[in-house]
Amino acid sequence: MIVDSSVVRFDCISLDNGSTLAPVDVDYQAYGELNARKSNAILVLHAFSGDAHAAGISRETGKPGWWDNMIGPGKGFDTDKYYVICSNVLGGCRGSTGPSSVNSATGCPYAMSFPVITIGDMVRLQKMLLDSLGIERLLAVTGGSMGGMQALEWAVSYPERVVSAIPIATTTRHSAQQIAFNEVGRQAIMADPDWSEGNYYGRKPPARGLAVARMVGHITYMSDDSMREKFGRRLRGKENFGFDFDVDFEVESYLRYRGNEFVNRFDANSYLYITKAMDYFDLANGQVSLAAAFEQAKARFLVISFSSDWLYPSYQSQEIVRALRARNRDVAYVELESNYGHDAFLVDVAEQTDLIRGFLASTSEKAA
Amino acid sequence: MTLPVSLNESGKQKPQPFVREVLGRSDYRIIGEIVEPQTRVLDLGCGDGELLEWLAANKGVDGRGVELSGSKVQRAIARGVSAYQGDIDQGLADYPDRAFDYVILSQTLQETFRPLKVLREMLRVGRRVIVAFPNYGHWRVRLSLLLSGRAPKTELFPHEWYESPNIHFLTVYNFEDLAAVEGLVIERRYFLSGARRVSMLPNLLAEVALYLVSGTDLHA
Repeated sequence: MIVDSSVVRFDCISLDNGSTLAPVDVDYQAYGELNARKSNAILVLHAFSGDAHAAGISRETGKPGWWDNMIGPGKGFDTDKYYVICSNVLGGCRGSTGPSSVNSATGCPYAMSFPVITIGDMVRLQKMLLDSLGIERLLAVTGGSMGGMQALEWAVSYPERVVSAIPIATTTRHSAQQIAFNEVGRQAIMADPDWSEGNYYGRKPPARGLAVARMVGHITYMSDDSMREKFGRRLRGKENFGFDFDVDFEVESYLRYRGNEFVNRFDANSYLYITKAMDYFDLANGQVSLAAAFEQAKARFLVISFSSDWLYPSYQSQEIVRALRARNRDVAYVELESNYGHDAFLVDVAEQTDLIRGFLASTSEKAA
Repeated sequence: MTLPVSLNESGKQKPQPFVREVLGRSDYRIIGEIVEPQTRVLDLGCGDGELLEWLAANKGVDGRGVELSGSKVQRAIARGVSAYQGDIDQGLADYPDRAFDYVILSQTLQETFRPLKVLREMLRVGRRVIVAFPNYGHWRVRLSLLLSGRAPKTELFPHEWYESPNIHFLTVYNFEDLAAVEGLVIERRYFLSGARRVSMLPNLLAEVALYLVSGTDLHA
C-alpha cells in the first residue's frame, strides 16, 4: 500500500491561549474507504514524535508508517472495514503548521513567536479537518501516549461525534516525573548554543541538544528488562574498555544513533512546543473531579496499559477507568503483560490486535 | 430451620437448553432465566465473558464484567464484552448507587476476602443481586471430613487446603442466616445438584445454591 499525504489549509484557528493562528495547515493521510453512511471512520492520533504517516509505505520516503503493524487490510484497524485517518498535530514539523512554518505576516519562520498550543488546540484542528472531509461521527478515536491524551480530549470535547475511544498507555495529566523528563529534554535543547533563542532556521540547528533530549526520551520508552535484554553490558565493537569517552557500551551506541537520527527528522522548537502541550494537559482542569470531566462523554471506552510501562504507569490508566465507572460509562480495561516499557504500544501488536478487533466489531454492531 | 424450596419456579419459565449447551454450568442456565431483557448487568468474576456475551446476544443486556485475570479479560474484550481487569473486593466502590439492574456473583463469593462487604456493595450498586456459591453443607463434603479427618476434597471442592482459592466456606443455612441478619429480601432461590434441581433438603443435597436477592429498601 503506497500512501501519500494531503494538506488542507484553513483560514485560521482560535487557540486556548486566546490568540489565533492564520492560516493553518494540516497534513493528513487516509486508508481504506469511507462507507456510504460515513459510519466507519476511525481517527488515529500520533504520539509525541509521530506524524500523519501511520500506515502503508510512504511514496516520499519508502518507509512504513509508525503503526503499520496495526493498520491495514486484515490488521487490528482493518482497512477493509474501516476508513482510517491520521493527521500531523498542530505545532508539529511534518506538514502541519508549527514553529518551523513560515509566518505569512513576516515571511520568516515563527520560531519562538509561535503561540503556545495545547492538546485541546490539536484536537480542534483535527475537528476542522474532519468537518472539511464531511465526517460527522467517528467510530473510534485512538492513540498511544500523547495520542491517547488527544483521544480522551476528543471524547470529552466533542462527545456527540465520538462513538468509541481507545486511549492506550496514556494519562489524563502528566505527573511531576513526566513533566520532569520533558523539562530535561527542553533544557538540553535550550542549552545548546546553536538553539539561538529558537532562531536557527536556515542555519545550524541545535543538533546536540535535540539528540540529548531524544536520548533521554528513549530511556523512558524502554524498561529495565528490555534494556538488559537488548544491550546488557555488551561492548560495542571492542573486546576491552577503551579507557576514553568514545562509545564503549552497546547502549551508548544505540542512544547516540537514535539521538542523531532524530535530528534529521524533527524540529527542536516543535520538541519544545509539543512537550509543553503535553505538560499543560489536564482533562479535569476546571472540573471538581476527573469523573465530572467525563460527565459529557458518551463514548464507549477501551483503555489499555502495559505492565512494564513506567513512563505512563498503569495507575494512570486505572484512574481513567475509575472516573468512567463513577459516571457509569461503558468502559473496558486491561493491563497487558509486556517487557517493552512504554514502547509496548508500538511493538506488542498481537495482543492489541485481538482486543481492538473485537472491541471495534462489537462497537460497530451496537452503533448500527 | 426449614427452608422454603421454590418448586414452582422450575415450571414457570421454560428452561433454555441452549444456555446450558453454550455455557456448560448449571448456574449460568438459571441466570439466563432470571435476567430480564434490556437490563443493565454487572458480572463480577466474569471470566472470559461467556455469560455476558450470551446475555447481550439473547437478552439485549447492557453488560459489564470485572475479572482479575488479565488473559481472561483480554478474551472477554476480544469477544466484544466490556470487561475490566480489577479486584472484586475493591472494584465496586467507584460505581454510583443503583447503577445496575442486576449484579451477578457466580461461584466466587467464597473466594473474596470480605464477602459481606462485597455483598453489601453489590446491593448498593445493583437493584438486585444474583449470587451463586458451592454449598459446603453438601453431604459429600460432610462425609469427606468425617471419614478422612482431613479438609474435605470433593468434586465441588477439589483443591488441597493449601491451594484452594476458596477462603470463606459457607452452606445454604449460612447464607439464609446472613440474609435474615442483613434484612435481605430473597426473591428466588435455586438449589442444584449437577444440572438437576434439588427439591428437598437443600443444605444436604444441593451442590450449588443460587439466590436472587434485593435490599430491603426496594420494598419499603
